[in-house]
Amino acid sequence: MKKILAFLLISLVAFSAFAAGQGEGGTIRIGVAGAHSGDLASYGIPSIKAAELVVDMYNANGGVLGRQVELVIEDDVCKPEVATNTAAKLVGDEVVAVIGHICSGATKAALGIYKDENIITISPSATNPPLTKSGEYPNFLRTIAPDDAQADVEVSFAVDTLGLKKIAVLHDKGDYGKGFAEFCKAQIEAKSGVEVVLYEGIQVGAVDYSAIINKIGNSGADGVIYGGYHPEASKLVSQMKKKNMDIPFLSDDGVKDPTFIKVAGEYSEGVYATGPVDTSSNPMAIKAVEDHKAKYGEEPGAFFLNAYAATIAVLNAIEKAGSTDYEAVSAALRSEYVETPLGKISFDEKGDAIGVGFAVYQVQNGEYVELK
Amino acid sequence: MNLEYFFSLFLGGLTRGSIYALIALGYTMVYGIIKLINFAHGEIYMIGAFTSLIIGAALAMSGMNPILIFVLACLAAIVYSAAYGITIERLAYRPLRKAPRLSVLISAIGMSIFLQNYVLLAQTSDFLPFPLVLPNMKFLKPIEHMMTTTQFLILISTAVVMVLLTILIKFTRMGKAMRATSQDKDMAQLVGINVDRVISMTFLIGSATAALGGVLISSHIGQINFYIGFIAGIKAFVAAVLGGIGSIPGAVLGSFVLGLTESFGTGYISSDYEDAFAFIILILILIFKPAGLLGRKENEKV
Amino acid sequence: MITIKDLKKAFLNALWFIFLTFPIMVMKVNTINDTLIWRWMNMLYIGVAAFVFTLLGKIYTVRKANRSEIVKPSLIQIVNSKMENKKVRYSSLAAVVAIVILYPFLMSMYQTSIMTTALMYVVLGLGLNIVVGFGGLLHLGYAAFYAVGAYTYGLLFYHFGLNFWLCLPIGAVFSALFGIILGFPILRLRGDYLAIVTLAFGEIVRLVLENWNEFSFGPSGIANIARPMIFGQKLKLAQVTNFTYFIAVGLTILTIIVIRRMESSKMGRAWEAMREDEIACQAMGIDITKAKLTAFSMGAVWAGIMGVLFAAKTTFINPASFTTWESIVILCVVVIGGMGSIPGVIAGALIFILTPEYLRAFSQYRMLIFGIALVVMMIFRPGGIIPKIRRSYQFAADKEETQEVEA
Repeated sequence: MKKILAFLLISLVAFSAFAAGQGEGGTIRIGVAGAHSGDLASYGIPSIKAAELVVDMYNANGGVLGRQVELVIEDDVCKPEVATNTAAKLVGDEVVAVIGHICSGATKAALGIYKDENIITISPSATNPPLTKSGEYPNFLRTIAPDDAQADVEVSFAVDTLGLKKIAVLHDKGDYGKGFAEFCKAQIEAKSGVEVVLYEGIQVGAVDYSAIINKIGNSGADGVIYGGYHPEASKLVSQMKKKNMDIPFLSDDGVKDPTFIKVAGEYSEGVYATGPVDTSSNPMAIKAVEDHKAKYGEEPGAFFLNAYAATIAVLNAIEKAGSTDYEAVSAALRSEYVETPLGKISFDEKGDAIGVGFAVYQVQNGEYVELK
Repeated sequence: MNLEYFFSLFLGGLTRGSIYALIALGYTMVYGIIKLINFAHGEIYMIGAFTSLIIGAALAMSGMNPILIFVLACLAAIVYSAAYGITIERLAYRPLRKAPRLSVLISAIGMSIFLQNYVLLAQTSDFLPFPLVLPNMKFLKPIEHMMTTTQFLILISTAVVMVLLTILIKFTRMGKAMRATSQDKDMAQLVGINVDRVISMTFLIGSATAALGGVLISSHIGQINFYIGFIAGIKAFVAAVLGGIGSIPGAVLGSFVLGLTESFGTGYISSDYEDAFAFIILILILIFKPAGLLGRKENEKV
Repeated sequence: MITIKDLKKAFLNALWFIFLTFPIMVMKVNTINDTLIWRWMNMLYIGVAAFVFTLLGKIYTVRKANRSEIVKPSLIQIVNSKMENKKVRYSSLAAVVAIVILYPFLMSMYQTSIMTTALMYVVLGLGLNIVVGFGGLLHLGYAAFYAVGAYTYGLLFYHFGLNFWLCLPIGAVFSALFGIILGFPILRLRGDYLAIVTLAFGEIVRLVLENWNEFSFGPSGIANIARPMIFGQKLKLAQVTNFTYFIAVGLTILTIIVIRRMESSKMGRAWEAMREDEIACQAMGIDITKAKLTAFSMGAVWAGIMGVLFAAKTTFINPASFTTWESIVILCVVVIGGMGSIPGVIAGALIFILTPEYLRAFSQYRMLIFGIALVVMMIFRPGGIIPKIRRSYQFAADKEETQEVEA
C-alpha cells in the first residue's frame, strides 16, 4: 500500500514537471516586487515608477533585442510568507529578471524560489549583508551598498571626525535597524579607546521614550548611533532635545529622508545620517527625476534612483548578452559597466554594485548637507 | 545607587502610566458595562488625535492664538470621538447584544481594522508632525529634564478625569443607572432604566476621555499616523486588566504599575524586553490575584 | 413599504454621517508641507451612501419580519439533507477528491502556492478551534505555538541538518509542551483575563525570538531552510510546490480525522462540558485541570506542525511573521467559520485567506472591505458561516419515522 502511494505521489510530481514547460513569449518580462500596499508601501511604490519610466524609454526606442519589455508588478507587503507566493506568481509569469524585493526578509524568502528557477534578482533597497556576502544566492545583485559598508562609514565618522569616546548604540529591533546596529557595535569594539556604553533595542510605537533617554544620560554617552527608520528617530531626537540632552545623534539611511526633517522640525537640526553618495547632480538622475515629475506630477520617493539604475542595468545586460539566458545575462551584469543615475556601475562577483558608496550628511538649516 | 537617576525613571514611569491611564479609563468603563473588549477603543483615540490635528492645522493657518487653537482642537477631538464612539456602538455592537460574546469581539476587531484603513485612505499613511504644541510652563523650568510641560499636563488630566469619573459613577443618577446596568441588564431594564441610553452614554464618556488622551499624548510624542491606536489600545487593555477590569481606580493603578514596571525595567535591566516586563508583571499579578489588583471577585452561581 | 418617516430618518442619518466624517473625509491636512485640501465632493458621496444604506436596511428588516412566519430551510440544511442520500454523498465526495488531486496540475504554481497557504490556515483554524470552539477558552496567543514549530524546524535544520519529516513530529511535541507550560499558570483565569494572558504569552515568545540573537538569530531570522524532500531527493521548484501542496492536503485530512475523533472522545466531551459550565462540570467529576491542559496542548500540536510546514514552505523565518495580528487572523478564521464547527472552520479559512488574494486588484481598499465584512458578517450571521450543529440523539424508531414522512 505504501509503495503504491509513494509511486502515485512521485508520478504526480513528475507529471507536474511537464506541465510547467518553458514558453518563449513575444515580450521580455521583468518582474517588479515589493511592498506596494500597507505601512511600508512608501518604500516600494517608487520602484514601480522607476521601472515604468525606464521600460517606457526602452520600448519607445524599439525595446530590447527587438522585443518589447513588459512589467509584471506584484505586491509582497514586505512579509516573507506573502513574498513566496509573489515569487511563485512571477515565476509562473515567466519573468526573466525581478527588480526587488524591497525588504531584506521578504527578499530572502523570495530568493529561495528565484534561485531554483535561475531568475536574476536586483534589489534597489535590501541592504542585509549576507544576501551577497554569504554566496548563497548567485542570482542576487543590488544597487545599494550593504549595511556593513554603511556602518563602516558611520563609525569612522563618529570616532575619527567627531572624536566620540563613549557611544550608545540603539536600534528598533527590526531586521534592518538591528542588523545595522550590530555592525556598528562590532566596528566600535574593534577600535581602541572607544567603547559602547549602551546597546539596546527600543520599542517601536511606544508612547514615551523618557526611560531610555534617561538611561542614555546615565550611561555617560557622548554620542548616540541609532539603527532604524525615521519615525522613531524623530521621536527620540525631539524627546532628547526637550530634555536638554545635547549630544550628537547619528543614524542611517532610513533616517536620511526629508520627511525626518519635516516631522522632527527644529529638533532635527544637527543630526547626522549616512546615505548613498549624492548623485542628484548626475545628468541621468536629473533627467529621471524630471521624467517622474512630468509623468506622475510629484517628486520621486525613496530608492527611486536605485530602482531606476537596477532596471537599466538589467535591460542593458540583456542587450549586451544578446539573449535572456540566465548565464549570459548574469555574466554581462558583472562584466559590463553601465551608465546609470547612480554613476557608472557594474557588479562584483558577489553581486554588490561597484561604484555605489555612502556618505555622511548633516541637517543644516532644515536640509541634509553632504559632509565632505 | 544614583538617586537622581532613580527619580527620573520614577517620573518617566508616572508619565507613561498616566498616558496609559487616559486610554485605559475609557476601556474599563465600556468593559464594566457590556463586558466587551472594545478593540476599536484605540482607534477612537487615534481619530481624536487626527481630528485635533486637522482642525488645529486648519485653524493655525488663520493665525489664531496657539492656546486658543489648542483648546478648540481639543474640543473638536472630544466631540468627534464621542460621536464616533456612539455611532460605532449603534452600528457594530447594539445589533449583537444577544449574540455570543466572541462574535461581538470579532465585530470590534472588524471595526478597528475598518477605522484604521478609513483614516489611512482618507488621509495618509505617513507620519505627520503634530502641530499643537503648548508653550513651556515657567515653573517647570528647574525639573524640565525630568518632566516637560506636556508630561505635567497629562499627569494632571489623568487625575482630574479619574476624580470626575468616580464622582459621576458614585454620586449621579446616570452613574447609578450605569452601575445597575453593569450588574444586571435585564433587571435594570425592569426597574425602568433605559439600558440602551446608558450604554450610549458610557461609550460617549469613554470615547471623550480617549480623545483627550489622543490630543495630549500626540502633542507629547509630536507625531501621529493611522496606526498609533493599535499599540496604545493593547497597552491600555493590559493596564485595565492589571488593575481589575471594570474598576475606575483599578485602571489608573494598573496603568501606573505598568508604566513604572516598564520604566524601571528599561532603566535597570534592558529596553530590549520592555514589553516583556509589562506582560510578565501582568501574568504574575493575575496568577496571584486572578481578578486584577482592585477587581471584584465575582462569586459564581451554580 | 417606505414611509415618509423612513425617508426623514434616512435624511437625518445622512446628515449625521456627513457631520461625522467631515474632518477626515473632507479636509485633508498635510502638516509636513502645511497644505490643506478641501474635498467637498466626498461630503455628497457620504450623504448619498448613508441615505441609501439606511433605506436598504429598512427594506431588509421589513422583509425579514414578513418572512419570519415561513421557516425556509437554510442552504446548509438542504445540503445536509441531500447528503443523507448515499449516492449523492459518494459522488460529491469523489468530485471533491478529484478536484483536490487535479488542482495543482490544472492551476498555475501561484494558485497552488496560495491554496497551500489556505490549507495551512485550515489546520491552524481547526487547531485553535479545539481551544476556543470546544474548550471555550479565548486564546489570543496562538501564533506563539506556530512560531515554536517554525523555529523548531529552522533551528534543528540549521544546527543539525535534520530533515522536514523528522522535524514534523518534533515540532508537534515541542509545541504541545509549550501548550502545557502556558496552561499551568493560567488555570485559575477565566474569560477575558485568560485572553489577555494568552496575548501576553504570545508577545513574550515573539520578543524572546526577536532579542535573543544567540539563540534565534534575532530579527534577521533564519534563511535557506530546506524544502520538503521525497526519499532524500531534491525536487525542482514546480514539483516541490505541488509536493508541499499535497503535504498540506494530507495534513489537513489527518487533522480533520483526528479532531473528529477527539471531539466525540471522552476528552472532547469533557471540553464541551467545561465550555458550558466549569463548576457543574467539576461537580460531575471531570478533572478541569486535565481538561484545560489537554485542550491547550492538543490545540498547540497543530500549530506546531503547521509551523514546521511554514518554515519549509517559505524557507525563511523571522519573528515578524508571528505577531499578535497573526493570532487574531486565526481567531477570525474560527469565529467567522463557526465556532466549534469543523466544516465551518474549513470554509472560514478558505474564504478568509483566499479572498484577499483575489482582491489584490483592489489592494488599497482590501483591508477596508475586510473590516466592514467582519462587522457585517457578525451582525447577520453571529454563529459563523456554518454554525455548529449541536449533536442530538434520537431513538432509532423516531428517526425512521421522520424519514418516512420526508419520503
